[in-house]
Order: sequence, then structure tokens, then C-alpha cells
Amino acid sequence: MTGRLMAIVRKEFIHILRDPRTLMVSFVMPLIMLVLLGVAATTDVRNMPLAVWDQDKSAASRQLIEAYGAADYFKLAYDADSGAQIEQLITTGEAQAGLTIPPNFGADLAAGRSVEVRLVIDGSDPTLAQTALAAATQLGQAQSVRVVTERLATKGQAGAFTMPIAVQAQVWYNPDLRSAYYMVPALIGIIMMFQCVVLTSTAIVRERERGTIEQLIVTPVRSSELLLGKLAPYVLLGFLDTLEILVLGVLLFGVPIAGSVPLLLACAALFLITPLGIGLLISTVSKSQQEAMLLSLFFLLPNIFLSGFFFPIAAMPTWLQAITYAFPLRYFLTIVRGIILKGAGVTELLPAILATAVYGLVVMTIATRRFHKRLD
Amino acid sequence: MTDGSAPDPGTLTRSPATSSPPASSPTPATQLTPLVSGRGLRRSFGEVRAVDGVTLEVRPGEAYGLVGPDGAGKTTTLRLLVGVLRQDEGTVEVGGLDMTERPDEARSRMGYLAQRFSLYGDLTVWENLRFFGEVRDVRGAAFRARAAELLGFVGLTGFEGRRADALSGGMKQKLGLACALVHEPDVLLLDEPTAGVDPVTRQEFWKLLIRLLAMGRAIIVSTPYMDEAARCTRVGFMHSGRILVEGTPRELTGAFAGHVLELAASPRRAVRDIAMADPDVEDVLAFGDRLHLRVRDAAGPLARLPGALARAGIALERLRPVAPSMEDVFILLLAAEAGRAGGPRATAEASHG
Amino acid sequence: MAEPAIAVRNLTKRFGTFTAVDAVSFEVARGEVVGYLGPNGSGKTTTIRMLLGLLRPTSGSAVVLGHDVAREPEWVRLRSGYMSQKFALYEDLTVLENLRFYGAVYGLSGSRLAQRSAEMLAMVGLDVHRDVRAGSLAGGWRQRLAMAIALVHEPPLLFLDEPTSGVDPEARRAFWDIIYGLADGGTTVFVTTHYMDEAEHCGRLGIMSGGHLLAMDTPTRLRESVAGDPWNITAPGANLAELLDRLEALPGVSHAGLLGDQVHLITAPGTHAAASLGAAAAPGAGAVADGIAVERVEATLEDVFAVLTTAPGGTPKEVAA
Repeated sequence: MTGRLMAIVRKEFIHILRDPRTLMVSFVMPLIMLVLLGVAATTDVRNMPLAVWDQDKSAASRQLIEAYGAADYFKLAYDADSGAQIEQLITTGEAQAGLTIPPNFGADLAAGRSVEVRLVIDGSDPTLAQTALAAATQLGQAQSVRVVTERLATKGQAGAFTMPIAVQAQVWYNPDLRSAYYMVPALIGIIMMFQCVVLTSTAIVRERERGTIEQLIVTPVRSSELLLGKLAPYVLLGFLDTLEILVLGVLLFGVPIAGSVPLLLACAALFLITPLGIGLLISTVSKSQQEAMLLSLFFLLPNIFLSGFFFPIAAMPTWLQAITYAFPLRYFLTIVRGIILKGAGVTELLPAILATAVYGLVVMTIATRRFHKRLD
Repeated sequence: MTDGSAPDPGTLTRSPATSSPPASSPTPATQLTPLVSGRGLRRSFGEVRAVDGVTLEVRPGEAYGLVGPDGAGKTTTLRLLVGVLRQDEGTVEVGGLDMTERPDEARSRMGYLAQRFSLYGDLTVWENLRFFGEVRDVRGAAFRARAAELLGFVGLTGFEGRRADALSGGMKQKLGLACALVHEPDVLLLDEPTAGVDPVTRQEFWKLLIRLLAMGRAIIVSTPYMDEAARCTRVGFMHSGRILVEGTPRELTGAFAGHVLELAASPRRAVRDIAMADPDVEDVLAFGDRLHLRVRDAAGPLARLPGALARAGIALERLRPVAPSMEDVFILLLAAEAGRAGGPRATAEASHG
Repeated sequence: MAEPAIAVRNLTKRFGTFTAVDAVSFEVARGEVVGYLGPNGSGKTTTIRMLLGLLRPTSGSAVVLGHDVAREPEWVRLRSGYMSQKFALYEDLTVLENLRFYGAVYGLSGSRLAQRSAEMLAMVGLDVHRDVRAGSLAGGWRQRLAMAIALVHEPPLLFLDEPTSGVDPEARRAFWDIIYGLADGGTTVFVTTHYMDEAEHCGRLGIMSGGHLLAMDTPTRLRESVAGDPWNITAPGANLAELLDRLEALPGVSHAGLLGDQVHLITAPGTHAAASLGAAAAPGAGAVADGIAVERVEATLEDVFAVLTTAPGGTPKEVAA
């Protein structure tokens, strides 16, 4: 029995090594996806071009402008001389925000009066706009506090001002809010899922297309051996990919791994069962490699969008949130982000781990049953 | 019959629009001008000479069999004749039209059933026919009349609404034939049309072909099967890109008449050794329950072998001259060819024929 | 007398209400080369699948090499070699890798596997090409590789499915020489085919139609016992199709076809003589009366097949695929 199984496994490896496409998908694709998603698709808002219409041109207004420019979020890009020009710059996209300082800014401030500074933000990209809004407001407030403190100081009450409610915000796990840290762990899940589903389903369908499955049926090979033999290399590939992404994540993006790597790998192994089972299932209903590929994508896309990878689940409508429980990737992302970013352990992740295990078991059972029947 | 197993012995009428007149009175084939002729055809794929100087002509009412194993160049030859491939050298003429100069007109005279001919599985019988008709500019009322006729001819009437992938192998072949005939071609080229098809279906298919011949069409059939060669009016044995010999089946087997003996006795190995030992026996070909001996002269072995077998304690069941089979003929030709060319060619390159 | 290699008794297989194989019985002795023919839908493939242990019979028994196939299908498969014309080799594996894979699948390993692989490659002449990818092999060589694979584990029973289809006569002869050599050594060979060329190489032929085994005998005896008189009629200058139609319509003619430039007929035994056929052939359009030749010939295997499978009780039906 092991002889036959080993023979099938060995043959599968030869197929993989000799198929440049599979190798590309296995090893180069994760790298590309990692780099692209990690670097290019950052949702961090930085260096937003800011157009400024300083109608005051006083020391105070310059101070405000410098404060805006000093923070990472904005980049002082244009010195506008009218509201219309600001509008135009935003419309053409050359500026993403416009700051208008009223004519008597400095004087009013010095006189102890409140001033209103107008900030216009390009809302066409809500993510950017929100961050810009938050940043701008915060900067404004910080400036206000500074001004008040100065005023009090001139009145002899230096340092006496404190904010009645101080919100001590501390961002755990990803203090710099770097999206790379968020993306990379999730990428592990996505790539593993993609690999296992696509490669497994197409590998099996390819064998059927060629007719070699027919030939194997008349041999003493059992369908369980065929199954295991065909899946084994993709398990290994899945693992290697996990390691590849982890290593690259740490090297390229400095993603710190807070939790236990062995636990991560163990959970990855558990998670693998599901996409392998899905790949198997797809192979039993597909008549061609093309069909297998399309069905795989059909399965993968909702998983990607609804697992919390791009879009936070919390932001979705309640009914959609309920649906996300049906997607296995959701649980795995919880696990993988938990381990890498939060250093979570088994106890914290137990529900997600159990969910993954159950999912895998169910899918694999259905798939193997169909596979056996097909061969007979 | 409604299950499509036997064709109605109907005839296909020719619409008046076609340019070539139907052959009404049977003129001896040799006096008619060829409907298709290929002269000095050569075609290579890289280093492989798939077709190496082929000349053949087919006249109305003839079924020409291009016989040879896989890789001999049959498919390439057919493709050259149909104009799907351009020849490196040589000319192709169809009804007097040069394929290179007037390809569209030439091709409109031909129907082609490719080896890997696929029908559109998810289209019905009728839809498949209609598609091939449209592609050949046969539409509307003319098409409908033609389609009904063709379906009757091949015995698929009543199956118009059946999806092509729900047809049996034989019925698919018949539908393929109908699709190739939809534009009333003068010549029909069939590339291994009966591959994988059971003998009964093959018989029926050939009956259809015979009726086409009776209407004055010409047919070129390629096949690797020797027994199918026997059905053709004329046969060209093809090997390694060339036609070794041409003739009617009777001419070909007649050339070797008197040179084949049938010997039935067992055990096979011992009998074969004894036969090979006879000086007039050139070759021994084994079959299931007998041997064919190729002899220089029949008289000697006929006289000597019974005694030789008896001395070895072997009972002789039968020893007599028989007409050579097409297989015998081919092997003889190949042996002669090998003798001339200095040995059989290595066939490790991918086959293109 | 040694126990038969295959003993089939009243083997029946039903799929729902459809009876694919109906009480088929036959025996194959060790070392025999037996052919099995039948049109599509005749039950031929189903029978083979039962012999290979891929399908369980509804009733009856199939005992292969002394073991009941229904109860020990794995045992049988381990000792069977299978060579299919549609054999799909692993294109991206080399000749040797393909061979070693199948060898391992049949339980060979280590030095035995290496030895047998080398022997098989030498036997079929592929040792020079052992490191060539199977996908680059031309037709005849693929067939040889398929054969090597079928034989690598020295099976006492060999199933061949259209093994020499499309192969040139020299290669076919080499192939059959090997098979006969194996048969002489005790290997039992079971061939399924549509082609009479191939059927001729079998010692005995079984003909199936409509689920029934209609005959099982040597090709010679089958030909001799065909229920009909075969004739070849030559009519130079005649419109062959018209002649064929006319002759086919004669009473007593059970089959008619063309053989090159001759009409080949089978008549019910004793209903016709050369004279009557000649007369029937004569009044043809343009036929020259004294050029007509009527010859009583031997039945071909094709005749045997046609007569058996289209007789009442053996009518083949066009089955939708």
C-alpha cells in the first residue's frame, strides 16, 4: 500500500516540478501579491497634497500651516490665492484637501477671539477623506490647545490648562497602524486558499481530461490512495507558501510575529483541509481545467471580500455579517492575525480553531464521498 | 426504421444551381476527368517530410482509399487536397480549378470530414446542420429542403431535436457526413471516418458512401485498416509520406497471387520453425489459428511441408494456397521498399500524418 | 486438464431494468489468445469490466485464475495487465518514469522494479529512449511503451483493448510475435477490438450482441459455419450502386456490400446458385452480360459478424451514447 501511495506522490511531484505554470503560481505569485498588496495597496494616508489659501499671511497663520505640513498626513503642495483655485485644484486631483485661512486670523487669535479655519477635503475616496478629516481635526484641536495654553501663559497661568477629559488612546498590536502588518497575515490565508483550491482541482481534472485516471482504475490502486497521493504535494506546497510569506513579511515589511509560529503552522495545517476539500469537490463537478479554474475563482472571491481581508466585517451591514460566518477564510484570518499581531494562544482562538476544524471535516467528507463514487 | 440504424435507400437530388452535371450514364471511370488531382505534393513540418512527392487522381464514382499506418502522411495529404494546408511543392486541382489560385471556389466543391471532427455537443442535430450550412452559404428554404433530404439519406430523420452529444458513435459519424454534404460537394474527403466505430455501423456507413458514388461523386477515404482498403475502388498504400503503389484491391492482391499459403497446425512455435526452414518459404506471418507463408513458389512447400510436420510428430490440419490479404500485400511492399531505401525509418519524431 | 484461466458462468449484469449482459458463459484456457468482439452497446465492455473486478455482477460468476472476481477484485487486478488503445501515458514523465510508476503501482519495488523496467524497455526496444518524455513519442513508440507498462509486473492475464489499431504492419507483427511468445509461456490474453485485422490474430473469437454471447470459436470454424453462402460478383462497367440495390432486393439475400469493384453477397444457404445470381446481375444498365463473374467465396470474419449480429435475436440497436 505505501509503495503505491509513494509512487503516486512521487509522480505528482514530478508533474509539479515539470509544470512551469504551477511553480509560478506556487512561488512567484505569493511574492508578487505580497509586494503589491503590502506596498502599493496601502490604506495608510500619507502626504496628501494640501492646497493652502492664506488670506492672512501672518506669523500665526504660518504657524498653523507649518503644523499641518509637519504631520505626515499632509504635504504642503500649493499656495492658492482664491477659493476658486482651491476648488479647481481639488477637482483636477492635484490637491486632495484645501485649507482656507481667513484674513484676520492672527489678529483675532491674539485678541482672544475664536477663529474659523475652513478645510475642504476631496471625498471621492472615502478612506482618504476620513483619515484626512480626522487628521485635520486633530491637528486643529492640537493647535487650539497650544493657543489656549499660550494665552493662559501670558495671563500668568502657565501650564495650568489641562483638558478636562483626556482620552488616552493607545493602539495595541499595530501602534503605527501600518496596514502591511494587517495585510501580510491575511495574505497567508488567501494565498494558501487560492493555491490549494485552484491547483488541486485543476490537477485532478487534468488527469481526467487526459484519460490517465481510466488507466489507474484498472490497476490495484485504491481510490483512497489516489486521493491522498494527489493531495499530499499540495499540502506541502501550502506549507512552503506559508513559510515564504511569513519570511518575506518579516524581511520586507518588518512584520513582527507576536505569537507562536508552531501554533500558526499547526492552524495552517488544519485550515488547509478546507481548501483541499473544496478543490477536490470542484474537480468532481468540472469537466475541464477551465471550468475548474472558474469554479475555483467563484468560490474564492466571496471568501476574499467577506472574510475581513479588505473590508472590516464590523463595517458591514448586520445581515451580511451573519453571512460571513459561512466563509472559512474568515476564521483563519482571525487566527492568523491573532497569532501574528496579538500573540494570541489556543484558548483565545479556540472558537475559530474549532470552526475551522469542523468546516474542514464537513467539506472533506462530502468531497471524498463524491470522489470515490466518481471513480467507481 | 426510426432508431437510425439503417439508412433509407433514398437518393439525394442535386439542386439545379450546381455547376457540374450529375453522372447519369455509367461511363468507365478511366475515361472521366478527375474531380480532384494532386501532383507532386510535398509538405514538411520542420525536418519531418510528412508528404514526400504524392500524386493521385480521383474520378467520379470512385472511392479512393489512402491506406497506411499512423504517421504515413494520410491526414496531411488530405489537408493539402482540401487546401487547409499549403503545399511546399506541387499542385492541387479540383474540377479543373487550381487550389492556389482560386481556393474558395475549389473548396466549395469539396466536403471534408476531419479526423478529429467534432460536432457541437450541446447543439441539436438540426442546429449542427444549420450551422455548417450557414457557414457554406446554404440558408433558408434551400437549406431546409437539403437538411431534410440529408437526414433521410443518413437515417437520422426524427432525431433533429436530439443533442449531438446524446447520439451514439455511429450516429455522430452519420451526422458528420451530413454536415460535410450540406453544400452538395462533388468530392468528399474523409479522414479515418470509421475509427473506433463498430463493424455493423461501418457497414452502414459504407453503404451510404456507395450511394454517393452512384451519384457521380468521388470519395477519398484515409484509413489505417487493411480490411477497409478492400472496400475501396482503388487503393493507394501510403508509407512515410509516399504512395508505394496504387491499384484496385484485386490488382494488388492479384500481383501476389500464388505466393501465399495457409498452414494450420500446432504448436505454433514448432510449426513456424519448420515452415521457415523450407527453402522456398520467404516469410511466415502468424495469425490466431493459422500461419500465412509467403513463398517464392507454392509447389515446393506444398509438397514438402506435410512430410516435415509428420516427422516432427505434428498433425497437419490444413495446408493450401490462399488469396493474399491486404496485410500480406502491404508487408510485401514495405519489405521491398525497405530493401530499396536501406531499412525502415526511425519513427521517434512526433507524427504529423 | 489445468484449471481454466477464465471461467464465466451465466454472468449477468443489469442496470435497473436494462440487461447489459445476459447469462454469458465461456471458458478460456491458460495460454490462449481470445478475442472478444461486439458492436457498441452489446455488453462487451460491461463483461470486461466485470472480469477486471470493476463492476459487480448481478448474478452468475466470473472466476479468474481460480479466484472469484466479485469477492477478490483486488487480487485479480494485481495479476492482470491492461493495455488500452486510448492509453493515456503521462506526457510529462519520461518513458522510464512512466514504467517505474506503474511498476510500483503493481507492487514492484527496489531491485526487482529496476530489473523488470530494464527488461521491458529492452523487449520493446525503448531502452535508447528511456529518458524521453512520453509526450514526444510518436504513435508506434507510445504503443510499445503501453505494452511495456502492461507487462512490467509479469501478469498471467493480459487484457488488450485494440492494441494495434493504426500501427503499421511491421510493428503489428512485432507486437503479435511478442504476444504469441507470452502465450506460449502460459500467459492468457484477452483482446477486445472492432477490427477484423486484429481479430484474425486471436485463437478463438467470442462475438457478443444485445447482451448475449452468440458464438465462441476459432476464426476458421466461425467462417466455415456462417449461416449463409458468400459470393463475389464482378460486373465490369456496371453501375455498382444500382447493381448492389438490385441484388440486395433479391429474395434469399441476407447481406450485400461492396468490395472494391465487386459486389459481395451472402445468401441464405442453398437459395441461389452461381447461375441464378449471374442472371439477376445481368440486366443492369450498361453491364456487359458476358463479363459478369459470379464466384463462391469463403466468408470473411466481417460476414460472420454481420450475419450473427443482425440475425433475429441478435439485432444491434443504435443506443444513444
